[in-house]
Amino acid sequence: MSARDEIFSNIRRSLGVTGQEATRRSAVAQRLEQTPRGPIPARGQGSAAARLATFISEATRVSATVVVLDTAQAVPDEIARFLREAHLPLTLKRGEDARLADLNWHNAGLDVSTGRSDGSDLNAVSHAFGGVAETGSLILLSGADNPVTLTFLPDNHFVVLSAADLSGDLESVLTKLRRNGALPRTVNIVTGPSRSADIEQTLLLGAHGPRRLHIMVTLN
Amino acid sequence: MTLHPTTPDFKDNAHRALHDPDLQKALGHVQHGFIYKRQSAVERLPEFETLREAARDLKNHVLANLDLYLETYERNVVAAGGKVHFARNSAEACETIVNICKAHGAKSVTKGKSMVSEEIGLNAAIEAAGMQAVETDLGEYIIQLRGETPSHIIAPAVHLTKEQVEGDFRRVHTHLESARDLSEPVQLLTEARGVLREKFLAADVGVTGANFLIAETGTSIIVTNEGNGDLTQSLPKVHIVIASIEKVVPTLEDASLLMRLLARSATGQDMSVYTTLSTGPRRDNDPDGPDHYHVVLVDNGRSAMLGTEFEDMLRCIRCGACMNHCPVYHAIGGHAYGWVYPGPMGAVLTPSLIGVDKGGNLPNASTFCGRCESVCPVKIPLPKLMRHWREREFERHLTPSVQRFGLKIWAFFAKNPGLYSFATRTAMRALSWLGRDKGRFASLPLASGWTDYRDLPAPQGDTFQAQWRKRQQEQSR
Repeated sequence: MSARDEIFSNIRRSLGVTGQEATRRSAVAQRLEQTPRGPIPARGQGSAAARLATFISEATRVSATVVVLDTAQAVPDEIARFLREAHLPLTLKRGEDARLADLNWHNAGLDVSTGRSDGSDLNAVSHAFGGVAETGSLILLSGADNPVTLTFLPDNHFVVLSAADLSGDLESVLTKLRRNGALPRTVNIVTGPSRSADIEQTLLLGAHGPRRLHIMVTLN
Repeated sequence: MTLHPTTPDFKDNAHRALHDPDLQKALGHVQHGFIYKRQSAVERLPEFETLREAARDLKNHVLANLDLYLETYERNVVAAGGKVHFARNSAEACETIVNICKAHGAKSVTKGKSMVSEEIGLNAAIEAAGMQAVETDLGEYIIQLRGETPSHIIAPAVHLTKEQVEGDFRRVHTHLESARDLSEPVQLLTEARGVLREKFLAADVGVTGANFLIAETGTSIIVTNEGNGDLTQSLPKVHIVIASIEKVVPTLEDASLLMRLLARSATGQDMSVYTTLSTGPRRDNDPDGPDHYHVVLVDNGRSAMLGTEFEDMLRCIRCGACMNHCPVYHAIGGHAYGWVYPGPMGAVLTPSLIGVDKGGNLPNASTFCGRCESVCPVKIPLPKLMRHWREREFERHLTPSVQRFGLKIWAFFAKNPGLYSFATRTAMRALSWLGRDKGRFASLPLASGWTDYRDLPAPQGDTFQAQWRKRQQEQSR
C-alpha cells in the first residue's frame, strides 16, 4: 500500500469511518461552500473614519510609521521627505503597479528603478491590496505589480494604501480576495517592520526583513 | 532518523538543569516576559474567550473529518500547480525531501522554523546526503551553531544568555574582525542578518513548515516575526513545505480565527509581523518566487491518536503558552524533557509519538496546577491527558515498584474512609506539633525528594476534610 493510501486508511480506521458517509461529506462540502466566519472582534469595526483611526493607532503600536495623504500624487514627495530626514539615498525600487507607475517620481528627486529586488536595494515601495484596522496590518499580493522580494529584502519599505481598501477585519479582505479569483502565489499580511526577540527576549527591529515600514494612506 | 530521545533519563536531565547557572539565568526571561505579554494582549481583546471556544469547536470538526479535508487540500494544491507527498514516518519524510533536493541538484538548503522538521531529524538527513542545511530563524541559527536542539517551540534559544551567543558567533564567524563589539543583542542580530543574507541568496531549496494548511485553496500559511520564512521560500527555485496532517483547516476564514489566538497566546502580539499564505509555484508573469512547490505531509503516529482519549492533543496549534505558564518548565527548561516537544504539550505528545515506555516520565513531571489548560487557546485538557498517560503507564507495569507500593498503601486507606480520616488527622496533628516553632520543615524522613530543594510547610493542625466540614456547617447556619 502506498504511504498515501495507508495514512488515509489509518485515519479512517481510527475515526471508525469509510469516507463515503453522506452526512460527513455534505457537512464538509457545506463548510467549504459557505465559508462561515468566526467571532469578529469589535475593535476594528465602525465608520470609515473610526477604522482609519484604529488602523493608525494599531500600526503605530507595532512600530510602523503612518501618514495620511490627500492624494496619491503626494506619495513621491512624502517618500523623498522620509529618506532625506533619515539621511538615506534617494533611490527607490518599485513594481509595475499602474497606481505607482503613474506618479511623478522624477519631480520629487527620486531615482526609481522597477522590477524584483536582488538584495542590493535599500528602499522599495509597494501598493497594498488592502489593510486591516483591527491589527494595523497590510495585505500585499505577489506578482509583477508588487514583487514579493520588495517586501522583504530592502531595509526600508514604503507601502501605499488607499483608504477605500481599508477594512475592519481580515475576513472582509479575504472575501474580496476570493471574489478576485484564484489566489496569487503569496498573500503577505504585514504587521509592522521585521523583528526578533530570540536573544534574551529583547525585542529588536530589523531581523531579516525591513528595519522600517512607512505606510502612506491616500484618501483620494 | 528521528531525533534520539533522552526522555528516559528525565530525572537526571532535570537535576542537571536545576544546577546549571546559565540556564537558570536565561529561564528568568520566560517566566516574566511571556506571561505578562500574553495577559496584556488578552485583556485588549474582550472576545478572547469566545474565540477560544470557536477554535476548539473548529479543530474538533476538522479532526472528525480529517480524511475529507486532506483530500480536498491535496486536490487544491495540485490544481495550483504544486505536488503533495505523503510520509508515514520520519524516515519517509526525510527521504522524500532529500530526493527532491537531489533532483534539483541542490547544494544549500535554507530552512524556516519548523518543529516537525526537528521531529523527523531533517537537518541530519540533509547533511548526510552531502548538502548544507541552514537554519534561518535567529534562534534556530544560534542553536544550530551549538549543535543543540530547540528548548522551546517558539523561542528555540530561550535557554541561552547573550554572552553564550557572543561566544558562538566569535567561534564560527571567523571571517569577521575579531576586535568587533558584540556586547549588545542588537550587534548580534545585525551580524546574523549579514551572515544569513548571503545564505538566503545562495540557497537552491527553501524548506518551511506550516502553521496552517487551507483545504479550500491548497494554501500553506507560515507566521514569522523576522521575515526569514519568506526569504527562505521566495528566493530559491524550489519551495518545500513540511507539515503534519492535523494542520489542515477548511477555509481562509478558519485560518483567520486561529490566527487571532496564535500570536496572542505565543508572544502576546495581536498578529505576528509576517503572515504569509503560499499557494503553488510562481505564476507565468511573476518576477520572483520558486518554480516548484512541494508539500510533504507527515503522519508519524498522529493518525493513531484519532479516536483515542489523546485526540484532543491534535487540536494543538503550537503556540507554546502551556510551557510559558508551566512551573516545571520554568524550573528545568526544555532540554530536560529529552525530545522535541517540551512543557505540558510535550508531556502529552511525546509518549504518543515515541511510546509511553520511553516518554512516561514526562506526564509524571506535573503538579497538575492547571495553568496550562487555562491558557491553551484551543482548550486542550492537558492535565487530564497527562493523567491518562499515568494510568496507561500503571496498567503496563512501567511504574517503579516503590511508587506502586506507595499507591497500594494509599489505596488501602482511601478504601477505608474511617481509617483514612483517623490516619490523616493523626499525621497532621503530629506534623503540626513538630513544626510548631518554625512553621516548616527543612528535612523529613522519606521526603528528601521535596525537602532537598525547598522547605515543607507545616500543616495548620487539621485535615482538608475536617476544615471543609467545618466550613460547610458554618455556611449552612
